Amino acid sequence: MSGFTLPSVSLLSQSILSGVFVGALYGLMGLGLSLSWGLLRLINLAHFAFAFLAAYLCYQMATLGADPLLTLIVIVPAFFAIGAGLHWVMARFKVTPFNSLLLTFGLMGIIEAVIQTIWTADFRKLESSYAQQKFKVGGLFVPIPEFITLLLAVGISLAVWAVLRYTDLGKAMRAAAEDAPIASAFGVNQARNALLLAGTCAALASIAGVCLALSFTLAPSQMYAWIGVVFAAVMLGGLGRALGPLVAGTLIGVSEAITMAVTAPSWAPIVSFTLLIVILVLRPGRAT
Amino acid sequence: MNTTKLSRRSALAATLLGLSGLALAQPAGQPIRVGSTLALTGPLSATAQIHKLVGEIYVEQANKRGGWLGRPIEWVVKDDQSKPDLARTLYEQLVTADKVDLLMGPYATGAILSAMGVAQRYNKVLVHHTLGIPSLAKYELQFPAWSLGSDPATTVPNTVFDALAAGPKPPKTVAVVTSKFPSIQFMSAGAREVLKKRGLTEVLFLEWDFGNRDFGPIANRIKDAKPDFVWVGAIGLDGNLLLDAMKKIDYVPPQHFYLYPSPGPLVTLPEAKNALSVTIFEDQPPFTANTGAAEFVKLYRERATKAGLADPSVETQAAASYTAWQILEAGVTATKSLDDKKIGDWIKANKVDTLQGKLRFDGTGNFGDDLMRVKQVQNGHWVVVWPKEVTSGGAKLLAQ
Repeated sequence: MSGFTLPSVSLLSQSILSGVFVGALYGLMGLGLSLSWGLLRLINLAHFAFAFLAAYLCYQMATLGADPLLTLIVIVPAFFAIGAGLHWVMARFKVTPFNSLLLTFGLMGIIEAVIQTIWTADFRKLESSYAQQKFKVGGLFVPIPEFITLLLAVGISLAVWAVLRYTDLGKAMRAAAEDAPIASAFGVNQARNALLLAGTCAALASIAGVCLALSFTLAPSQMYAWIGVVFAAVMLGGLGRALGPLVAGTLIGVSEAITMAVTAPSWAPIVSFTLLIVILVLRPGRAT
Repeated sequence: MNTTKLSRRSALAATLLGLSGLALAQPAGQPIRVGSTLALTGPLSATAQIHKLVGEIYVEQANKRGGWLGRPIEWVVKDDQSKPDLARTLYEQLVTADKVDLLMGPYATGAILSAMGVAQRYNKVLVHHTLGIPSLAKYELQFPAWSLGSDPATTVPNTVFDALAAGPKPPKTVAVVTSKFPSIQFMSAGAREVLKKRGLTEVLFLEWDFGNRDFGPIANRIKDAKPDFVWVGAIGLDGNLLLDAMKKIDYVPPQHFYLYPSPGPLVTLPEAKNALSVTIFEDQPPFTANTGAAEFVKLYRERATKAGLADPSVETQAAASYTAWQILEAGVTATKSLDDKKIGDWIKANKVDTLQGKLRFDGTGNFGDDLMRVKQVQNGHWVVVWPKEVTSGGAKLLAQ
């Protein structure tokens, strides 16, 4: 029964929907990473640790009775401050893109250890009223937590895209990424904008973390399982592009889901990473 | 006066006798150092914490009983970070630099195989608790504490299908879905062979890589295949994630089995109602009547609760871990020696009284009997339902 089988329409459509949902989370998680890499030239691996730390904080507050979505009121500003603070340190010590990779990898390990110390390495599952809810559209089941993630991913990606494209702040950020000295000559306050952007990236990671807590079971070491596929979404989507990670994430999620529905689940990562390699080979300028 | 004098003398004598007895019970001299690694960090750390807790309890208990050979026991445990290659280096260090007297196995098959290589190089006894693939145990001084027999890929699925055949709804069609994690995959392959030999129909076979995140499409495939019974080659949280995904599409498997799930998280999940699994020990009669069980179960429950573990009850992992220490102690005590060859020869030739019952080590790869039993989630608790002689209170397998 393994190998290729013709799936039923309901199986295929439900699988595609499932792929869209998981792809939206890939996109949301990749958004901050893409902006940091593309506009700040910093490869922030701690982004994944921030997402998981936010997920655990959400879990903790929800355990104490808070609504998981309302925890964003506390979590987002807190992570904005953390992200801006981290960037200040990196700017202060003039960390190069390659060194930022090493530094943030170390930071990721530290945050994992902190999470493990506080919440142990055991699995944690956020129990919320959202988890029990779903609705049906034309025979397809739509779970509320995943639907919320999709709405947030689309809404935030569009908002970030609009800010980068239509506001002076966004234009200044893109200009600084393109040519920092010229942007400075035109009066762009690069240091302030970079702090703002770094804070925003960490805040975006925290939102992805809350979505992660809504749908997935948490364990500290699982943060590493997301790195490959989210990096693929970021590279496919194009660095510094707001809508790119969402589109690429959805493409990866759907291709994985179809692979799982048609062949074997173990083939799914092969398909997504083959997709990445093919696109990088055909369009090598995509990820720059 | 005489009476008083006599009485004082008697009291003094009794006190001295008592103190000398106390002194005898206290271990003295150089500690016996037992070295091991555990996956204290990394992806296997959640389960390894159980083994750390059990080791601490056992060493504490043994020292209270007077230690081994009258000497205190010191456990030197290092963090192999869930990496078998690091486990090999650390075991080498334990033998050559730390100069431990004895070795204890690490957690999980990969690390155990690494440790086994080192133990073989230095002719050390290695009692291990969680080797999932018996055919890989080639070293003559290695001894398994997890009684899954020498051919679990055949015996364990047969036990499960025997239980189902004797249950209220013997299945005719089966879906086998499994992780590709090595110690899981070969068991699921065995289940496929067994079900065919028993005349059952396989309606679906799927595999996923260890660490798979999205179980939605797998749940969809199972629902589409409409099996009477789902064999899930699950490790860790796979079972929870799959049940979550099934719930999202309003699917409840008629009968379902999970090979090595994280026991705590699965049993607390409402969707895990009637889920089956296998075990060598459960915190219930008749298991609790075995050697050392009652006291250990009580102590473990207290410590696990204090440590914040998700499931404070003793099951396969904790029981196998405790058994490993019992086996090593039996070898040391019986031979009155720390000589690995003597200890190994004795263990191979004798039965050891343990938490799992009397274990033998004279089979293929030093494995003895397959003592895997079938348990089921009933009213939010694991209950042993097969075979009948180890069930408690007339527990029976239930079906939806």
